[in-house]
Amino acid sequence: MLAGGILKGLAVTARNFFESFVSKERLTTVQYPDERLPQIEATRDFPFLVYDGPDAMAGLRCVSCQICEKECPPKCIFIEKSTDRKPDAAGKLQFYPAKFNIDISVCMSCQICVEVCPFDAIKMDVEFELATDDRFGGLLLDKQKLAKSNEYYHRIHPTEANTVDGKLAAARAKVAAAAQPKPQVAAPAVAGSEVKA
Amino acid sequence: MNSDLLHGVPADTITRREVSYDHEGETLEVSMGPHHPSTHGVFRMDVKLEGERIVRLKPVLGYLHRNHEKLGEKSTYLGSIPYTDRLDYFCSMTNNWAYCIAVEQLAAFEVPERAQYLRVILAELTRLQNHASAVGFLVQDMGASGTPLMYAFRQREKILDLFEALSGSRMMCNYMRFGGCRVDLPAGWLDQLKVLMNGFPAFLDEFEKLLVSNEILMARTQGIGEVSAKIAINAGITGPMLRAAGVNYDLRKVDGYGIYPRFDFKVPLGEHGDVYDRYMVRVLEMRESVKILNQAIAQLPEGPILDPKAKLRGFRPKAGESYGRIEAPKGELGFYLISDGSPNPYRYRIRPPSFVNLTVLEDMCLGANIADAVIILGSVDIVLGEVDR
Amino acid sequence: MNSVQYADQIFVLLKQWLVSLFPAPLQTAVGILITVVTIICVFPALFAVTTILERKGLGRIQNRYGPNRVGPFGIFQPIADGVKALTKEDLVPANADKIVHFLAPVMLVIIVFLAYAVLPMGRNMAAVNMDCGLLFFFAIGSATEVAVFMAGWSSRNKYALLGAMRAIAQMISYEIPLMLSAVAAIMIAGTLNLQQIVEQQAGYSGILPHWYVFTPWGLAAFLLFIISATAESNRSPFDLPEGESEIIAGYYIEYSGFKFALFFLGEYLGMFSISAIAITLFLGGWSAPFSFLAWIPSYLCFFGKLVAMICCFIWVRGTLPRLRQDQLMNFAWKFMLPMSLFVIASAVCWRYAESWQRWALSLVVVAVPYLWLGHGMMNNRKLEQRVYRYAE
Repeated sequence: MLAGGILKGLAVTARNFFESFVSKERLTTVQYPDERLPQIEATRDFPFLVYDGPDAMAGLRCVSCQICEKECPPKCIFIEKSTDRKPDAAGKLQFYPAKFNIDISVCMSCQICVEVCPFDAIKMDVEFELATDDRFGGLLLDKQKLAKSNEYYHRIHPTEANTVDGKLAAARAKVAAAAQPKPQVAAPAVAGSEVKA
Repeated sequence: MNSDLLHGVPADTITRREVSYDHEGETLEVSMGPHHPSTHGVFRMDVKLEGERIVRLKPVLGYLHRNHEKLGEKSTYLGSIPYTDRLDYFCSMTNNWAYCIAVEQLAAFEVPERAQYLRVILAELTRLQNHASAVGFLVQDMGASGTPLMYAFRQREKILDLFEALSGSRMMCNYMRFGGCRVDLPAGWLDQLKVLMNGFPAFLDEFEKLLVSNEILMARTQGIGEVSAKIAINAGITGPMLRAAGVNYDLRKVDGYGIYPRFDFKVPLGEHGDVYDRYMVRVLEMRESVKILNQAIAQLPEGPILDPKAKLRGFRPKAGESYGRIEAPKGELGFYLISDGSPNPYRYRIRPPSFVNLTVLEDMCLGANIADAVIILGSVDIVLGEVDR
Repeated sequence: MNSVQYADQIFVLLKQWLVSLFPAPLQTAVGILITVVTIICVFPALFAVTTILERKGLGRIQNRYGPNRVGPFGIFQPIADGVKALTKEDLVPANADKIVHFLAPVMLVIIVFLAYAVLPMGRNMAAVNMDCGLLFFFAIGSATEVAVFMAGWSSRNKYALLGAMRAIAQMISYEIPLMLSAVAAIMIAGTLNLQQIVEQQAGYSGILPHWYVFTPWGLAAFLLFIISATAESNRSPFDLPEGESEIIAGYYIEYSGFKFALFFLGEYLGMFSISAIAITLFLGGWSAPFSFLAWIPSYLCFFGKLVAMICCFIWVRGTLPRLRQDQLMNFAWKFMLPMSLFVIASAVCWRYAESWQRWALSLVVVAVPYLWLGHGMMNNRKLEQRVYRYAE
């Protein structure tokens, strides 16, 4: 019959109209910025540098290995190594970044820097409300702006942060054990039979 | 483009409508320009009209060219993966997969079982959300004031939430790696997926009821923009457009890449190759994807998700060339790589399905009304990121 | 008069009292002035309500909120829209015909307001009780097409002209089924006077009303009338002249700001007036739906029905895609016109047969051509529900 399909379509629309008053499924709008969606844990927006402890610059995990700078596809990271050393997250003395800039107008949030970092120093943040009207530097984040604490990391990505903490604790234990004075051993007869801790 | 000879094919195989060239009236030359509500991106069509009928149509591309292939030569293999997300930006997972297949052929990696299943699950989810949006946009172009589009996007949002929970980003997923997947499923993801799959057939039924037997829709899409099987094969068209013309060619069955041979699904075929067929083929493919997903979820094994031989940094495949292709939601997406043993490819070439499918746009639109040109373009289902790269 | 009648006639009494305040020579003029001012205030207010109703209704159909920022639930949105329309720059193309360009929207609005003169909005509440009220209405309705063409012509823009020609072709084609379906109601009522047509439908048998829409020919005529009304007001699914019809965005492509708002106003007012005629002819005008509801004031019944019809228009707009121009014309000439002739025949059967035979006969005379013509239209263009095969 002519118009049967049209009537079926009208019925579907009417059903959606009435159900939109009673069911959340049929009215999915979230009225941003008054309401926000809960953060999905794995969300990634732009990178940030993790620091342990109370002092941002002293506790920075980054050792300025520049691997993330090399692997970054759009080359948005700029690192300048320092000349002195400080202890890193595991306790060994390492270089640290004198300058660490990320241009987030170039960054495409691909998260490769996080994947290749051997020191769990750079992780993905979840903040996206970074719009600014400063064209010439507002989107260039330097070391101070990028450094956020480990507690913050636990808040935004709890599962990941726990795994990383476990790894770092193991690394710290290894370094601490290596720093122990070795027990007295008879002078080695052959090189190569030294006890390795 | 000379419209008397078509790709070297004899004239009797060309489906053509009557176009009179002896009309002395002025032809109106219109540019349906890059800024347009209905051209699916920055795409221009230079159309010559006689009254309402189209006598010439020239697609003008390149407004979204971003040097992807050159960037591929400069970046490492790993560094190109985020750029492949941005090709067909609706379907980032399948883009990643095609590229990974190409590189895995070069480097002879083996993908573990769990990763294969995950790849299939994500590819079919991508197909679902792409077809839902394509059908929604098609009906929106016809003037249905966006209602079916909003319903399709409601479902698409749920799929994008799953993508975000898994890979961290809704659209630019950057999830596949050479030899497997980047990260394993978080807790509760599979349950969320099962809930979504349980609700999907109801959504498809509602969608079909709204659209399939609607007489206005039938009148606007049946008999419009026909492509015969012969032209489709000669022009290199792939994907739902080819299957709507009646050609049984689905790479999931033909190549059997990944673990697709283990799943039981059918390939819907159309007959006339017109807009209505293309659109119905997409709806039926969505149902088949739901079937595949249910089987994959049931069979998902435990295990590693990355080939232990694969390394992230300093990856240098052996010199050689490879062509990796998959059945992306829009057609055959292929990556052709020539490696010279260095960390960057020597040549990185993409075979974009939307671009190849667009080559027959003029032939489909000649003799049709201007109002149909937009609908025909919508039924080809292009994404400019892929067409222009 | 008891309280029900007071409530029903309150506006009539109010007007009589106001008029009596003025000296005798001025009284007719003041009476006319009061009616005109009332109409000019009420219907644009209804227009404002309709815009917000439409946007929120479409929003709910599409699983989203409509506008909800301006005022509680967005009810002050029309004020914001009005301010926007008034403060936008008024661009007139350099080589446009300036006088005609200015006059077109003004003419449209004035002509559309004229049509409200004959509508019976309640018992004794028509502005002018003309004996040929319906004829006057259709004459005015056709005059709106002149304003549309003026808009397209004066813009000196190829696309505007083509859009205007399409719009006029559409409006003229749909005038004929519109009038022929009205003719069926006129035949049964025996008069062109709108007040009397309503009074003929105002009786009840038991609790059921005598509305023409509850008869087979009346239902068919009503449906034809409504479809033609949708086409006359360029509403979806017949809004190709004004929708984003790709390049030709319509005859008012060159208008901006307040003149554009006037076109919009004119179009909606036209929709209201033609719905009001549909209500008068088929849905019993200002009479209540059931006899036990007869205490509801007549103007409330009328406006209630008008709002219900507007909601139906919005519902259809949210569901259906657009018809293409040639399909639209095909539909008008090859389906609606023959159907309306059959509806007239059905009305004749109704008039001259008795009791259950007249129901059966008029139903058959309407249903058989509908199925036959409908079938023919689908077959003609080879529209079918296709069955898809799967590859082996």
